[in-house]
Amino acid sequence: MVYLKAFLVGGLICGLVQILMDKTKLLPGRIMVLLVCTGVTAGVLGLYRPLVEFAGAGATVPLCGFGYSLWEGIRTAINDDGFIGIFKGGFTASSIGISASILISYIASLIFDPKMKK
Amino acid sequence: MEKQEYQKRVEQVTPKVKSAGTFFKAFLSGGIICVIGQILYNWFYSMGMPHLIANNYTTLILITTSILLTGFGLVSPIVKFAGAGYLVPITGFANSVASCAIEFKREGQVFGIGSQIFAIAGPVILYGTVTSALFGAIYYVILQIGWVG
Repeated sequence: MVYLKAFLVGGLICGLVQILMDKTKLLPGRIMVLLVCTGVTAGVLGLYRPLVEFAGAGATVPLCGFGYSLWEGIRTAINDDGFIGIFKGGFTASSIGISASILISYIASLIFDPKMKK
Repeated sequence: MEKQEYQKRVEQVTPKVKSAGTFFKAFLSGGIICVIGQILYNWFYSMGMPHLIANNYTTLILITTSILLTGFGLVSPIVKFAGAGYLVPITGFANSVASCAIEFKREGQVFGIGSQIFAIAGPVILYGTVTSALFGAIYYVILQIGWVG
């Protein structure tokens, strides 16, 4: 049941974004920025937490989940540490996504060569 | 039916079919990636990891796998089928970071890999930070005024 929920919600988010991409021809970079900002906003409005509780990875794996965790990090840090939390919280919560992407990509860039486009 | 007529018909019909097709392909592949994430999470969680750590390891595995696929040049065929189904999950973010880094390695460590690794990650991190910090500042002010517990 958990898997079905994750499949349906995660799939639906991807499907809707696909429609958006087909209609607007937005480039992937813009789509990703849009997704993260949407995730942050949905987190602020209190809409994303119920979605995460309902769908688990179906809501956390899409990039809007990254935006949501940015907001959750900032909110928690403000609650705990006050003003400085505005600057501290986001990177604490999203550190794995950012550090892992950059670190492993760097290693990959040492190992792999660009593929010739056929 | 004449060949030209047939071509016209094809042109008329193709876009609609394609649009419905891309939705379901994205739905299917995005859903599968999320299920893989859920399986990983449940596996880590069953090993006794706390919720957040299990989530972190799930993210780590998804990112690493995606970057390996990028390195072996397997992402383009996947994206051709999956579209947003691969780009929307964290796998798409990892792919864009890795592909920029690999693509520009010839231009050197600093201005090649160093700058280009942030070509896609940079805007995502920047606007994610700006948006959340902005809302964070508002939230902080609201807390100070005492509107929210």
